[in-house]
Amino acid sequence: MLSRMHILICGGKECLSSHSKELRDEFNRVLNELNLLDEVRLVMAGCFGLCNQGPIVVMTPGETFYSHVTVEDIREICEEHVVKGNIVSRLLIKDPIDKKKIKNYSQLKFYDRQRRIALRNCGQINPADINEYIARDGYLALGKVLSSMTPASVVAEMKKSGLRGRGGAGFSTGQKWEFATRSVDDVKYVICNADEGDPGAFMDRSVLEGDPHSVLEAMAICGYAIGSHQGYIYVRAEYPIAVERLNNAIKQARELHLLGNNIFSSGFGFEIELRLGAGAFVCGEETALMASIEGNRGMPRLKPPFPAVKGLWGHPTNVNNVETFANVPAIFLKGADWFKAIGTEKSSGTKVFALGGKIANTGLVEIPMGTTLREVIFDIGGGIPNRRKFKAVQTGGPSGGCITEKALDTPIDFDSLVAMGSMMGSGGMIVMDEDNCMVDVARFYLDFTVDESCGKCTPCREGTRRMLDILNKICAGNGTLEDLDLLESIANMVKDSSLCALGQTAPNPVLSTLTHFRDEYIAHVVDKVCPAGVCPNLTNYTITDKCIGCTKCALNCPVSAISGTVKQKHVIDLTKCIRCGACKKACPVNAITSKPLPKEENR
Amino acid sequence: MKSLDDLRKLRDKAKRTLDMTDLVGGIRIQVGMGTCGIAAGARPVLQKFIDEVAAHNLHNVIITQVGCMGECAFEPIVEIVEQDGTKTTYCKVSQRLAEEIVEEHLINGNRLDAYMLSTIKR
Repeated sequence: MLSRMHILICGGKECLSSHSKELRDEFNRVLNELNLLDEVRLVMAGCFGLCNQGPIVVMTPGETFYSHVTVEDIREICEEHVVKGNIVSRLLIKDPIDKKKIKNYSQLKFYDRQRRIALRNCGQINPADINEYIARDGYLALGKVLSSMTPASVVAEMKKSGLRGRGGAGFSTGQKWEFATRSVDDVKYVICNADEGDPGAFMDRSVLEGDPHSVLEAMAICGYAIGSHQGYIYVRAEYPIAVERLNNAIKQARELHLLGNNIFSSGFGFEIELRLGAGAFVCGEETALMASIEGNRGMPRLKPPFPAVKGLWGHPTNVNNVETFANVPAIFLKGADWFKAIGTEKSSGTKVFALGGKIANTGLVEIPMGTTLREVIFDIGGGIPNRRKFKAVQTGGPSGGCITEKALDTPIDFDSLVAMGSMMGSGGMIVMDEDNCMVDVARFYLDFTVDESCGKCTPCREGTRRMLDILNKICAGNGTLEDLDLLESIANMVKDSSLCALGQTAPNPVLSTLTHFRDEYIAHVVDKVCPAGVCPNLTNYTITDKCIGCTKCALNCPVSAISGTVKQKHVIDLTKCIRCGACKKACPVNAITSKPLPKEENR
Repeated sequence: MKSLDDLRKLRDKAKRTLDMTDLVGGIRIQVGMGTCGIAAGARPVLQKFIDEVAAHNLHNVIITQVGCMGECAFEPIVEIVEQDGTKTTYCKVSQRLAEEIVEEHLINGNRLDAYMLSTIKR
């Protein structure tokens, strides 16, 4: 028999030691007395993460948390809350988000601050079984759209929801659909851009692997709205599991006639095919992506004409990102107003970020827009491991920029990130600590864009190469102050004159590090030192007075360049040192730093 | 699919299966099989669960693969969902731990607190 109420008693270790078992027995006794055992179900639940408030009792529905519950309180809870529905306020937790009290349970906060819309099914259902997707209201949105909405009202609903493209630039999805609707043509296409190429970003992969049907459903909805009957998913061949699950999902959807002709007897038909990309970063740019689908070399072209006017094989085409599509079924199920209420005024909904780099909880997080970076990195991400200090966070991958500690409390949305000199990008978020050299970081990203530049336009092809040369020169210790000015002027030139977004955004990592960490660049070119101890030619490790003489550095040194006795300060012989950084990593008290040498010893 | 009602019927049926409504004492084992999970060794763990459940003749257990849950640093992650909706999340599951989970959690009903996500020590 169904219970009208559940009483969850914390059965975690801590609460058991604070007598939660006795609570259960007492609940059983009192409920029996009140003849309520049929209606109320007692559950020994897992730890709620508020152990110093235990024993915890949670009443659902309503999610009322009672803390420090004693055997004597139980009769009152049963008589007041269960029978009359009055909350026993004296037992309520006073401040459940008190950081001091639950800081050891950051794992629970990992989910606490998140709100999962795009990832709603990831990790919850079997992606290889369409029935599990349907069990969680899958394809109901498509059914609703096909049976009760006109294409124009679908577009209007999208516009109303305020959903903005999750691929990076944040263009209004509803407007995009509207443009494609306005173009008159018998043949139109819907493309899902799953060419996720940013280093350290894996949001789209997770959605495709964990919940492929949500993308298929959304593409069919989009097809209905803009009048298209054919969709393509452009996914990189480096995602073999995603490809396999997508193919399987398409097959299952066809079998149930959720794709194909005359879906839901509405007369509307839609087919989806996969196109595999060879992993070129530039193919994430929509015009290059379409060129690649057509079988040509993946190179961008000038816009306009925009794809909505003239896209794939010359026909109007709507291109959206995986995560954008993953949001669509939820919007149509719960309504545009529901979606609009989440997030900030100009950026509604949530955003998935792939947290990586120097962070305790590497992984995917989905947060409402307007959450601050500090909450994402320190509360959800668990902060920086090994007691290192936060230095910067890079959002938007090779197209974005660095954000420093000053800006950590800015609420994240499309516009605020651009204002900080970065961008949302597809959602990669790389955290950097004091051991990261910002010049080296800029060099890393530029190295990536030089590799990935398609070579069509000169500013990107030549400009990024020259910038990389200068950065290599600086990291090798041969840079001058003039190089910094030259670097900045080339960067601005590439930004202003490149053909596509790849080139236009490639200088961002350089420009943002030059703005926020100019002192590090100056240390490299003037003092000839890399303060973070990353660039080998500019690193002169010294051990400071913080040294506790634990000998770990000496033990880890591969060339025995460190000498010293136990419990005394150790010394590094720089003539033997090969600048591998093993000692710095091994040091438990962060006593090893990179410092300028006296002038005559400069290398 | 002919109509929205067909879909609703299928949904209700699929929901009964997913919620294990008709399975007495049903337990669902969800193994995180995104790229992150597989790279961390989820495949042999999944196989181990299949073998162990078969070896103990457990008929109330459903084993399934799921996508990434987001906690990639703690993969392979295995979630045990019980009929009442209680979820226990084990992280960094090895084949040996899989064996232990089947014996202790599934058969004896004792959760292994030490391996749970909420209590893992960094």
